[in-house]
Amino acid sequence: MTEPTPSTEPAPPGEPAKTASPSPSAPPPPATPSSATSPPPATPSSATPSSATPPPGRPVAGRGNGSFGKNFLTALVEGNTITVTILAIVTAAVVGGLLSAFTNTSVLNAPAGDLIPRAWAAVAATYTALFEGSIVNPHTLQALFQQASLPTALHDGYVSAVFKPLSETCVAATPLILAGLAVAVPYQAGMFNIGGQSQIIGGMIFSVWLGFDVSLPPVIHVVVCVAGGFAGGAVLGWLAGEIKARTGAHEVIVTIMLNYVMAYFLNFLLNSPSMLEAPGSNPVTPSIASNAHLPHLFGPNLRLNVGFLIALACAFGVWWLMNRTTTGFEFRAVGASASAARVAGMKVERSWALVMLIAGGLAGLAGSAIVQGTDFAVNTSNYGSYGIDAITVALLGRGRPGGVVWAGLLFGALNAASGLMQSAANTPPQMVEVLESVIVLFIAAPPLIRTMYRLRATRAGGVGTTMSKGWNA
Amino acid sequence: MSAVVAPRLPVLLPSEPRVSRTRRFAGPVVFLAFGLVDILALGRAHGSATLAFTPEFAKVTVPNLTLPAAATSITCGVLTLLLALARLLEVTGTIRTGSPHTTRLWRRIALGLVLFLFVLALLCWSDASQSSSGTQAIPINIVNLMQGSLSQSIPIMLGAITGVICSRSGVINIAIEGQLLLGAFCAAIATTATGSLWIGLICGALAGSLVGALLAVFAIAYVVDQVVLGVVLNGLVLGLTGYLYNSLMVPYANTLNNPATFNPVKIPLIGDIPILGPVFADSSPFLYITYAVLIAVSFGLFRTRWGLRTRAVGEHPVAADTVGIRVLALRYRNVILAGLIAGIGGAYFTVGSVGSFGIDMTSGVGYIALAAMIFGRYTPVGAVLAALLFGFTTELQSVLSSINVPIQSNLLLMTPYVVTIVVVAGLVGKVRGPKAEGVPYVKA
Repeated sequence: MTEPTPSTEPAPPGEPAKTASPSPSAPPPPATPSSATSPPPATPSSATPSSATPPPGRPVAGRGNGSFGKNFLTALVEGNTITVTILAIVTAAVVGGLLSAFTNTSVLNAPAGDLIPRAWAAVAATYTALFEGSIVNPHTLQALFQQASLPTALHDGYVSAVFKPLSETCVAATPLILAGLAVAVPYQAGMFNIGGQSQIIGGMIFSVWLGFDVSLPPVIHVVVCVAGGFAGGAVLGWLAGEIKARTGAHEVIVTIMLNYVMAYFLNFLLNSPSMLEAPGSNPVTPSIASNAHLPHLFGPNLRLNVGFLIALACAFGVWWLMNRTTTGFEFRAVGASASAARVAGMKVERSWALVMLIAGGLAGLAGSAIVQGTDFAVNTSNYGSYGIDAITVALLGRGRPGGVVWAGLLFGALNAASGLMQSAANTPPQMVEVLESVIVLFIAAPPLIRTMYRLRATRAGGVGTTMSKGWNA
Repeated sequence: MSAVVAPRLPVLLPSEPRVSRTRRFAGPVVFLAFGLVDILALGRAHGSATLAFTPEFAKVTVPNLTLPAAATSITCGVLTLLLALARLLEVTGTIRTGSPHTTRLWRRIALGLVLFLFVLALLCWSDASQSSSGTQAIPINIVNLMQGSLSQSIPIMLGAITGVICSRSGVINIAIEGQLLLGAFCAAIATTATGSLWIGLICGALAGSLVGALLAVFAIAYVVDQVVLGVVLNGLVLGLTGYLYNSLMVPYANTLNNPATFNPVKIPLIGDIPILGPVFADSSPFLYITYAVLIAVSFGLFRTRWGLRTRAVGEHPVAADTVGIRVLALRYRNVILAGLIAGIGGAYFTVGSVGSFGIDMTSGVGYIALAAMIFGRYTPVGAVLAALLFGFTTELQSVLSSINVPIQSNLLLMTPYVVTIVVVAGLVGKVRGPKAEGVPYVKA
């Protein structure tokens, strides 16, 4: 049993009245044999105190499909989501720790008696660097407290040094959030957007071109470039959606192919002096005008810029679109069942094209955030692996805008720290990828985490992620 | 009961009007486009093109073929236009080819012909334009081109066959990329450590099936969304192999990452046949493994009890369960066994061609295999043909860029993917996968 749409508000007010009438003391929701250790009533009663009074009736269909039972269970799972997420992160940290301990050359060469201390030291160094690189470095804090007065500290940059890791986290999170939204929105409409990379490249091409080739007054230039980034991504997204709508070609094939097409197309542009290549022999564009830079939020020492606010605004916009508008409702309906939506008179094909256009635009904004926020030029590789990382971000965020923001911040923190982890603790940067995927793997399988930590089991099948629409949507 | 319901359904369900109406003319339009490209773009070549058919050190030499480039391209274009016309008449109903089955067969043959003519025109054009640029013209060696494309396709073919088995059993396998990568990694380590190529090959296969086992456990036992799962497993393998590469393989390169590679094995008699021999029967053992896998899987899937059950489980697990097939067990077994095939494909990257392992050395071949699987309509033979198309285009662009064709290499690199989009959108259209693909089976 899967849940296609993440409309997760538990227990609408009208629901309990419907099922409460003829139910004698029915058994609790059909839980799987739970472990013996945990006290059963703790989580459910705290999650939904009001609806816990009438025990759910035995649903007609058997497996907890009754409206009350289902809502009750959803609430239960909702209550556990945070627990599961935290435990997944902890588990991933343990896995990462083991990995860094047993692949460290000093550990591998250690004499038998020295093994454990050295392994511990390796793990500690890795995670210290992770913390210092992404949240706060105690040394900078110490230096700040040694200053005589706040104004001098502010002036000499001690304050910004303290906030630098956090700022870097947000900077790294910005494209991840935007591209993550670009995966999350189509997923709610039953489509799988692997084409983040192509759409990011599209956005980058447009915003860098508008950035260096056009000269405009300060604020307007930023707006034009950002809009150009949106348009550049949107074109590619729309292309994939429109092809699916017109011909039925699978969007997974089309978006994968577009990723390659755009990567080579970018290389082509960067190697043609008449196109985007800067004078000189390097495949790189000219730098964009300073008018087109996204303004820094807290002074020149911190790279945190308006792009982060744009990302947050987009997350809010997506939430509003999907949950508060007719268009968003149609998207979700199409995602739940395309044929049912068609019977209900919705224009399914139009939804496919539109949803991919919006998604492409969001990914394009990620491209413009990279160009205008941090890199100020485009080379052959600074689109990075955001397109694929975005999928993981969207999954960790369970397809909801708020979740995507948090997931983006978490992965942004890991990415921001990877440099320090490499230089200070000699940990290869791929550690971040391992941590990310282990986290998502565990989060995608709540029953696994529950089994591992002997939590109370909630549902026979488990809910997986909220996005469990198959392939043939 | 269904007999009562069936007549009503068309009334209830509005058909998909735009899709079907435009799609009918997509085929002729695409053919027309290819024909025009042949004539207008490639037909402008000057001079002549030389195609060679003899590999180095061959016992029998085949004379080179020299063609006037422009005339050949234009002829190809005209033939393509004729095919487009035939296809148009067929669509409008003027020509009848009999049953839908023969129609489909003819369409496929026509598509193959159009692609072949396009490639021929392209080869003539590029060889001629190279010779017009001044220096001594190098003939394009068709045999080497075919050999190269076959070996480029090996991992794509094996990956796509894995995907077909998994999909037919009802499990989406996006983790092909991860299976290939881990297979490559483990084969490199095992071969270097033991010194035996075959042990490396086996370890690669086992690594692929390890990823398959993870996929199976999470998808079947923990009902995790399978698209999600595949992407995550790919990320996990990419991160893990990259991490281990940096922390272990770089410092201990000689003891962990220095494998030998398989030498080509020539099949005694067949290998000496002039053109076909070197292409199909003088290659690394991986190619022969691929033949065996292809035959075994396509026979198994459509002619044996196992295949029937597998397809039943992928189409309608409830019905399969009703007649006593153990759905979950079969899915487990198929996904894990299919992993072996992708693992062999992964081993090809290291012990089959390059030797030492590199970070992300599969570079998206797994995703290409996925596309080939869908492109090939979830059949082993179709998937292999699609994989060959990808392998061919990859090899073609590397041959063309090595002979200094006056065209940006990045645009050449782009063509296979553009062609795929055009073909998938214009000619293949909506491919229906197995009904229960990606849907976890939980007993009610």
